[in-house]
Amino acid sequence: MSNEELKTIISEILPNASFEETGEWLNIGLEAADWIESANKLRNFESMPFNFLFCLTCVDWKTHFTMVYHLRSTTTLDNIVVKVKLDREKPEIITVSDIWRGAELFEREVYDLFGVIFLEHPDLRRLLLTDDWVGYPLRKDYEDPINMIKL
Amino acid sequence: MISTENTTTNEFPGHIEEVPGGGIVLSKLDELVNWARSNSLWPLTFATSCCGIEYMQVAGPKYDFSRFGFEVARATPRQADVIIIAGTIVNKMAPVLKRLYDQMADPKYVIAMGACAISGGPFFYNTYSVVKGADHVIPVDVYIPGCPPRPEALIHALITLQDKIKMGMTREQMKSGL
Repeated sequence: MSNEELKTIISEILPNASFEETGEWLNIGLEAADWIESANKLRNFESMPFNFLFCLTCVDWKTHFTMVYHLRSTTTLDNIVVKVKLDREKPEIITVSDIWRGAELFEREVYDLFGVIFLEHPDLRRLLLTDDWVGYPLRKDYEDPINMIKL
Repeated sequence: MISTENTTTNEFPGHIEEVPGGGIVLSKLDELVNWARSNSLWPLTFATSCCGIEYMQVAGPKYDFSRFGFEVARATPRQADVIIIAGTIVNKMAPVLKRLYDQMADPKYVIAMGACAISGGPFFYNTYSVVKGADHVIPVDVYIPGCPPRPEALIHALITLQDKIKMGMTREQMKSGL
C-alpha cells in the first residue's frame, strides 16, 4: 500500500494525527496525551493490525525529545513510523509494553540511555549500564570527563 | 648446514656437527623451545566485533592460519597461547578481557587487531563506553592497524609474533631471570 493510501486510512482512525512524508515510510506525529489510545487503535485496527513494534527509540533534539516507534502490520506488511514529542525537562510517556510485549526491553534501553520515564512500566530498571551509573549518556549534554574525549 | 644466524626464519635453530660416522644436531635449548613455541600457538576464540569476521576468515580455508601453526582455536583461555583482541573493548568488557588474560597459562601473547583494539579507533572521541586501546588493560605484543585489517594483515601479524618469539626471551623468561 502506498503512503498516500495509508495516510487516508490512518487519518480516519486517528483524527488528531499530523503527517509527514519525507522518508521512506509514513511519519505520524502524535501528542503524548493521545498516545496510549492511538496505540491501542493501531494495534487493534481490524483490516491492518499493526501488531509488530520492530523499533523503539528516542532522539535528543536539545530542545525536546522525540520518541520514535516503528510499527509493522504482519498481515499487510505495511510499515509506519509514529513520532511523539516529549518535554525535555520532564520526559514522561505512558508505556506500550502491555500492547507490544517487545517494548518492555526497548523502553528499558531508552530509559537507560536517555532517561525517559515510562509510566506504568512493569520493570523500569537500567538495562545496559551498571545500576549505579549516574546520568544518561545518549543525551546531547551528557558529560563524562574521565571516559569521554571531546572533539 | 642449517644456519643459526637468522632465527627469524622458519628454519630449525641449530646445525649438524659432522662427526665420523654421521652427525649430531647441536642447538641452544632456549632457541629450540622458542622455535617449538612459535610454531604451535593456539589462539583463543575471542572476538568482540567486526574484526572477528576477518579473524574467522583467516581461520577458514581461504587464508587458513593453521598453515602457520595457529590451527587449534581454543574456547577456553586455559588452553590458549595467544589472544587476538579482534574488536572494540568497552569498559564493561575490560575486566572480562583482563580475567581471560590472567587465566591463560604462560607463555602468553597478545595481538591487538584493528583500530579499536589499538586506540579506540572510530570510538576515540565523544564516547562514554570505549576503552581507548586494549593496552590500557593487558600488555600487547603485536598491533595490526586497519578497520578491519585485511586477512593478509592478520597473517602478517601472526608471523611477526612468531618472529618475535624466535628472536628472544619471552616475558616469563625475563621474569625468571634467564
